[in-house]
Amino acid sequence: MPRLLAVLGGITVIAILGFIMLPAVVVTLAAFNGRAILSFPPETWSWRWFAKALAYEDFGSGFRNGLIVTAWASTIALVVGAAFALALERYEFRFKRTLEIVLLSPLVVPHFTVGLGFLILAAQLGVARGYAVVVACHVVLVLPFVLRSVYVSLRNLDPRLELAAASLGAPPHRVLTTVTLPLLLPGLVSGWLFAAILSFNEFTASLFVTAQRTQTLPVALYNYVREYADPSMAAVSVLYIVLTAVLLTFATVFLGLGKVLNVEAPR
Amino acid sequence: MNQRPFLRIFVTPAALCAVGFVAALLAVMQYSLRAYVPGSLEAGGFTLANFTALMKPLYGRVFLDTVWICFLTAFFTLIVGYPLAYALVHARNAALKSVILVITVTPLFLGEVVRTYSWIVVLGNNGFVNAMLLKAGLIDAPVQLMFTHFGVVTALVHVTLPVMVIMLAAALTHIDRDYVRAAASLGAGPIRAFLTVTLPLSTPGIIAGVTTAFAWTFSAFATPQLIGGGQVNMIANLVYQLGFASFNFPFAASLSVAGLALTFAILALLRAAARPLERLGPH
Repeated sequence: MPRLLAVLGGITVIAILGFIMLPAVVVTLAAFNGRAILSFPPETWSWRWFAKALAYEDFGSGFRNGLIVTAWASTIALVVGAAFALALERYEFRFKRTLEIVLLSPLVVPHFTVGLGFLILAAQLGVARGYAVVVACHVVLVLPFVLRSVYVSLRNLDPRLELAAASLGAPPHRVLTTVTLPLLLPGLVSGWLFAAILSFNEFTASLFVTAQRTQTLPVALYNYVREYADPSMAAVSVLYIVLTAVLLTFATVFLGLGKVLNVEAPR
Repeated sequence: MNQRPFLRIFVTPAALCAVGFVAALLAVMQYSLRAYVPGSLEAGGFTLANFTALMKPLYGRVFLDTVWICFLTAFFTLIVGYPLAYALVHARNAALKSVILVITVTPLFLGEVVRTYSWIVVLGNNGFVNAMLLKAGLIDAPVQLMFTHFGVVTALVHVTLPVMVIMLAAALTHIDRDYVRAAASLGAGPIRAFLTVTLPLSTPGIIAGVTTAFAWTFSAFATPQLIGGGQVNMIANLVYQLGFASFNFPFAASLSVAGLALTFAILALLRAAARPLERLGPH
């Protein structure tokens, strides 16, 4: 009986993993399809959609704009989020709970509402729809993830190490820079990585706050899918999937993704 | 000596972000009460007209449809996510655990557009599923999967699955294995031990997962837009259409406000409904 259950469970899990990977596998097949019209399995194979996708101007500029927005947004979110996580874990202060709720609420507020809000706010303040608006919007959206990531590693940090440094005469800023921050490094790196990946992929709010000049990659991809049906988009998807899988494998092996996501008990 | 070094430096930037976010939400609320000036991005004077216009049956249907799709998605994501979370937590081999984790989490980072496009390739009339079914001789003509609730919900389940698994796994990780061992030693079989011990103890994770899946689905835009193709409309699609096709930002704002109110009402309801269940939990 337990053996039968284990076999059934194994089959269920494999089926679910198959469901998760199905679109990625299918889109990879489509990307190497020689013809413009989909057929499974492809009759001819070719790399030409990759060449076409890489040469497409909107994807190129979307990629560059995306990198600019992501670099700013994830770095700002990291600094703001790490500082606030430290304050949350260490101190009591007025409006602590309110501030925490407001900063975590972008997790449940629909992104189209956030995007629309920043769009209207920018218009009312007379700010042009430049990078600043997009970055501000992204910072707010990725901040909850940075907060969580840094907060979890703070909880796992041994406070006695800081006390030891302080008792040996280190002033607070030295304790922070030589003990706390180095010990937090894995949490900071994974928090930044999460923020960067989420910001780079953010679509719904970006659709509202970007203009032609600041269009990020997901927005460019969306506009392409709406207008064209050739497999260039499949080629971009494959590049995306490969890059993300590599980054996440790196994060799992070197940073302990399981611990950051809190799905593994700390040992 | 100052007992709270750096407090101000630590909190001020976060406070500024919070102010920016609240200001953006207030801007939406303020716009929802303004009159629409056709052909202009500016809004007119204060009015309740946007909210009375929301009462039209057309919008009521979109709201109902949105909530229904959110429920279906949250439900099926839970059903599909639970076994995976269980396997992730109970995998004995560290490498297997990493493989399950990476496969589960990767889609979370692909973004809505790439994933939705992939599902179009899977579900389209000359897409993967139809090609396979035709080849196997099970069907004579392609089955319509695109532009249906089925297609939209399938893709949305795929989108919300990673978050669900992470939240369920977090809850399952923190259940003391001794409870299950105790149940087994008292004669409970594996199914009974699961149903009477593990499942009730994981309720906080189930509640967190369902709540998040619900909120995420409510927020989805690209999936219903591209896979629904105008046949399946959610609030997000209507807001975008009103904003960028008719430039009626005040009305788009009032829809957003109504959507936000609905999200919070349903989340509060879910929480209230879950309270008796939560008492079964680890207390």
